[in-house]
Amino acid sequence: MLTAVIVLAVIALIAAVVLFVVSKKFAVEEDPRIGRVQEVLPGANCGGCGFAGCSGLATALVAGADKGSIEGLSCPVGGPTVMGQVADLLGMAIEASDPKVAVVRCNGGCESRPRVAEYDGLHTCAAMNATGAGETACGYGCLGCGDCAAACQFGGLRMNEETGLPEVDEDVCTACGACVKVCPRHIIELRKKGPKNRRVFVSCVNKDKGAVARKACQAACIGCGKCQKVCKFDAITVVNNISYIDDSKCRLCTQCVDACPTHAIVKVHFPIKRNVVKLEEEKEEQA
Amino acid sequence: MKLHTFKIGGVHPEDNKLSSDVVAVEAALPKVAVFPLSQHIGAPAKPVVGKGDKVKVGTMIAEASGFVSAPIFSSVSGTVAKIDTVIDATGYQKPAIFINVEGDEWEDRIDRSETLETLANHPELTPEEIVARVKDAGVTGMGGAGFPTFIKLTPPPTAKAECVIINGVECEPYITADYRLMMEHPDEILVGLDLLMKAVRVEKGFIGIEENKPEAIRLLTEKTAHDPRVEVVPLKQKYPQGGEKQLVDAVMNRQVPAPPAIPVSVGAVVQNVGTAYAVYQAVMKRKPLFERYTTVTGKRLDHPANFIVRMGTPFGQLIEACGGLPDCDNKVLAGGPMMGKAVLNLDVPVCKGTNSVTVLSGADAHRQSAQPCIRCGKCVEACPMGLEPYLLATLSSLKDYDRLEKEEVTSCISCGSCQFTCPSHRPILDNILQGKGAVMGIIKARNAAKQTK
Repeated sequence: MLTAVIVLAVIALIAAVVLFVVSKKFAVEEDPRIGRVQEVLPGANCGGCGFAGCSGLATALVAGADKGSIEGLSCPVGGPTVMGQVADLLGMAIEASDPKVAVVRCNGGCESRPRVAEYDGLHTCAAMNATGAGETACGYGCLGCGDCAAACQFGGLRMNEETGLPEVDEDVCTACGACVKVCPRHIIELRKKGPKNRRVFVSCVNKDKGAVARKACQAACIGCGKCQKVCKFDAITVVNNISYIDDSKCRLCTQCVDACPTHAIVKVHFPIKRNVVKLEEEKEEQA
Repeated sequence: MKLHTFKIGGVHPEDNKLSSDVVAVEAALPKVAVFPLSQHIGAPAKPVVGKGDKVKVGTMIAEASGFVSAPIFSSVSGTVAKIDTVIDATGYQKPAIFINVEGDEWEDRIDRSETLETLANHPELTPEEIVARVKDAGVTGMGGAGFPTFIKLTPPPTAKAECVIINGVECEPYITADYRLMMEHPDEILVGLDLLMKAVRVEKGFIGIEENKPEAIRLLTEKTAHDPRVEVVPLKQKYPQGGEKQLVDAVMNRQVPAPPAIPVSVGAVVQNVGTAYAVYQAVMKRKPLFERYTTVTGKRLDHPANFIVRMGTPFGQLIEACGGLPDCDNKVLAGGPMMGKAVLNLDVPVCKGTNSVTVLSGADAHRQSAQPCIRCGKCVEACPMGLEPYLLATLSSLKDYDRLEKEEVTSCISCGSCQFTCPSHRPILDNILQGKGAVMGIIKARNAAKQTK
């Protein structure tokens, strides 16, 4: 009995000494700031920042702070509030970045984009895209299987059953970009949320020539360039038969919306009835 | 007579060779012929003609643009209308050359006579010369995958070819193009085999034919009776015997290891009968690859038929020649029902690899709805590569690519036996193809990263 106790006590003592020495000698020194930054971050581990999780971003932020710049690193979920706190903690200044939101650039609902074929394979956009053009004649637009809605961790996207297109819930969307990555047709884009959530964008990505695109979908951008001509701010470019509005230059005058013959350019959250006076007011507000 | 076959897996789909006895006829010339620039595995060809250029039958219109690539030749005479995009059999928009057809004027160098040229009369044909002519004629595998033939004829220095196997298996249901070719041009195919054997410097040739084509077996056995180097091997009917690894197993009783190993790693060079015929024409008649045997078939078509088709002819025209689409739901496939791919419209042109246009009608055009997996293991039994399809499908849908790679997803030959045999009609192959594509991408990126280091 006594022998057993002594033997165990000796083993315990030796083990304790070894553990003590090892823990001192091979201690990994982690910057305490990393832990503190991580506490500030939302902890969603969504990957929207480009790192595997919040700890990755925290490490990168601290490393960046040591080098003197945390430019390009940001948490899309926490937004400016969280990044402000992080910057305070690290003694850095951050540039105010505009809040962004996911925008679905396809307006080809069932009415404007008729089905020309029936797909009965695996019901995911990725599989459907791998087989070709999908159920409509448009080889660029939304496939409607909802890979984006499934990828959203925040429940910010849902498929509209009437149109067959995804809809973004702007209050929930954190602009993490998961849907942008998963969409095989690259329809979803992160765009500036805009003042009062007002945005103007081209809701089409069809690169076919005008006639072909129009045949496939009534709401397609036909690359006519009318929007480019009316734009006073040089915000619109037409490349490969598709118009694109640069959200950093767009002043939301909505001239292009009125000029677009196919209504491919859409505006959201604008008051329904507007007059010139009000338009001027809006402009002043923005200025 | 003992019949050979491959050892693991395989299924027995309904035969449905509706057009076996229909003699192949030349299809009418199209009004506009469309030539997609990527009709083969590898880099797309590069156009060498521009809008307004006059071309003849056999004029090169696009040149090979890399080592793994093949030139494309016009199958018609006329004027180049435009270089634009077309949706090809893959479903994607691909760049293509459009030619307005005017008359039927051939290049002078092409020998259009029917006389049979044999290797004995042409001692000047060295192996190098044969490979060069095959390469210059744009010959690619005619069985479907479309790998440039000259590459197969120049095996890597690590491997040594021992024999040439001619693939006359045609295990896909419905398709009869290879069978008709064997019945109508056996002598040319045998000269083609001679040329292939000389090109890879071997003295042994096999011709593998399934037992459901007894006439072809009889005919070719007769024709090769005097030649001890060539042996016709009758094979038991089993899908996918036409897969080259399965064929090597069936004929030589050797197993091709997992990728990157290829049949020549175990000493076999496998070529389709259509390729052998194309090689004959390319070498002996200086006729580049612009024409092929294509079956147009379907249970509800008025008269399923075999055509000698100029490439670039739209599917719709061939279906019209068989009586038009039946008046019901139809699914038009480029290829057979097991591995063929549904096309999006009937303007899709016939390419080098289009061995068949299959029209599935009515209930056949629709899939049955998927039920839960009942763990019966039939897919595992059916897989000719010894994989576990149910597992690969699940891993693919979970996007577990590391595990998927460990489970050898890259060995999958996409034959569809698993999905065919599944009693729950699960989309097993669809899932696996997704995962396989992703894993191939990862491996490619990894290799590229290694090379830049």
